[in-house]
Amino acid sequence: MSILVIAEHDHAVLKAATLNTVTAAAKIGGPIDVLVAGSGCAAAAQAAAALAGVARVKVADAAHYAEQTAENLAALVVANVSGYTHILAPATTFGKNLLPRVAALLDMAQISEICGVESPDTFVRPIYAGNALATVKSADAVKVITVRTTGFDAVGQGGSAAVEAIPAGPDLGLTQLVGRELTKSARPELGAAKVIVSGGRGLASGENYHALLEPLADKLNAALGASRAAVDAGFVPNDYQVGQTGKVVAPQLYLAIGISGAIQHLAGMKDSKVIVAINKDADAPIFQVADYGLVGDLFQLVPELTAAL
Amino acid sequence: MKVLVAVKRVIDYNVKVRVKADQSGVELANVKMAMNPFDEIAVEEAVRLKEAGIATEVVAISCGATHCQEQLRTALALGADRAILVETDAAQTENLQSLAVAKLLKAVCDKEQPQLVILGKQAIDDDANQTGQMLAALLGWPQATFASKVVVADGKTTVTREIDGGLETLSIRLPAVVTTDLRLNEPRYATLPNIMKAKKKPMDVLKSAELGVDIAPRLATLKVVEPAKRQAGIKVADVAELVAKLKNEAKVI
Repeated sequence: MSILVIAEHDHAVLKAATLNTVTAAAKIGGPIDVLVAGSGCAAAAQAAAALAGVARVKVADAAHYAEQTAENLAALVVANVSGYTHILAPATTFGKNLLPRVAALLDMAQISEICGVESPDTFVRPIYAGNALATVKSADAVKVITVRTTGFDAVGQGGSAAVEAIPAGPDLGLTQLVGRELTKSARPELGAAKVIVSGGRGLASGENYHALLEPLADKLNAALGASRAAVDAGFVPNDYQVGQTGKVVAPQLYLAIGISGAIQHLAGMKDSKVIVAINKDADAPIFQVADYGLVGDLFQLVPELTAAL
Repeated sequence: MKVLVAVKRVIDYNVKVRVKADQSGVELANVKMAMNPFDEIAVEEAVRLKEAGIATEVVAISCGATHCQEQLRTALALGADRAILVETDAAQTENLQSLAVAKLLKAVCDKEQPQLVILGKQAIDDDANQTGQMLAALLGWPQATFASKVVVADGKTTVTREIDGGLETLSIRLPAVVTTDLRLNEPRYATLPNIMKAKKKPMDVLKSAELGVDIAPRLATLKVVEPAKRQAGIKVADVAELVAKLKNEAKVI
């Protein structure tokens, strides 16, 4: 058995999700190699080499990996798959975009968003927006897997893996990046934050969302999230969305404000350590998962809470 | 330009899913079924491309048993011109996995030669999020997943994608595969006259065996269980009590 983990990185640093993915690889067992494909990505490769349990880091450094397009990366992974029994990537927009392409080129199934490892060929994954957990067994020669980051802890440091350059694959020239508009924020990343302040339709408008939740998030050094209803209503962009169709998070503290608790939202946050709900409807389903519920008018309670911290 | 849209029949998103007592799956008998919501967005986008004079024909396609014709009729009522059902038998339908569907769609694309294939980014039953990417790989076409804006011009499509941390805009050569995210559009409702008209639109039924692809399942589902329930906590009286609990009991602030 031998595992290849596809690193998600920005050429300089590894994305946190890569660390959870290496932990999932360690649970499967066998030597773990990490593939870092990028442009000027030596620093990211060094960071991968320092992860506990990593045997080798393979680096493909070329200009056509700068934008991390699925087409070019999939071709590279497929060219380097020989000898591996498992290929893993984080179930982030990066991994979800790339890995099914790899799987199809290899004529292998993909096992999406595993949250548990039963054995080297058997995995647990959520289906129906987390309303059920399926245990699936793969008969394929190469198991192609995306990893739900909240299902596994981040791997520690302390490794000293060999870093080995590998030849770049072809530039297929199918895709051109026009631009990226990343939400600029001094706040922690939603997927990695210890505290998340999340708002729903109860906030009634985008202005209220920002006016009420930002000061609270500042106090708690929290990331900001939202329910799908708040995103659908246009309060905040989609990358704020917590839920089955958005991000799945598991912070130490999750504050759900004006969120009723639709099943698809609960699927994205119910693994949080402590959940606080503030909602005017005492019967809202969010209170069935909240450790601490506060029933009342959020327009009064949120500023009060911000002031009390 | 011909646009193909793939639609999947799934449990209606309003239905509370129940796991079967024998842990073999979820209860599907007598449950309301509907078109996968992300696929509705795909149909809407294709129809808008036609209304804008960019697409000349919108073909809806589904893979599965006979009753998938209901969802194809919905696509026709929303504005698709014709429909294709790739029919599988009952046993195959129960375990029709993403790779198999991608292979069936590829075979249909080889016949139909669309310039653009639009699919939902994931189906709300198995939540796999694979079929579009797999289809693009099998066709050797570029892909733009999780689209929130699609512009087609001059043999290319410019797609804005929802990525972690923001948005990314790609310019990709046609033919291409696009998968839809939530904010791409708001699907219309089918009007009664359009539902009536949809009944007269053409629907071809192909047997999956005629397409000559291997659709045997690669993954075996050993069991399906309900996730552990989270215990409801307590209600606090006011902000002061909440802050005290978070500090002293939960110790998270």
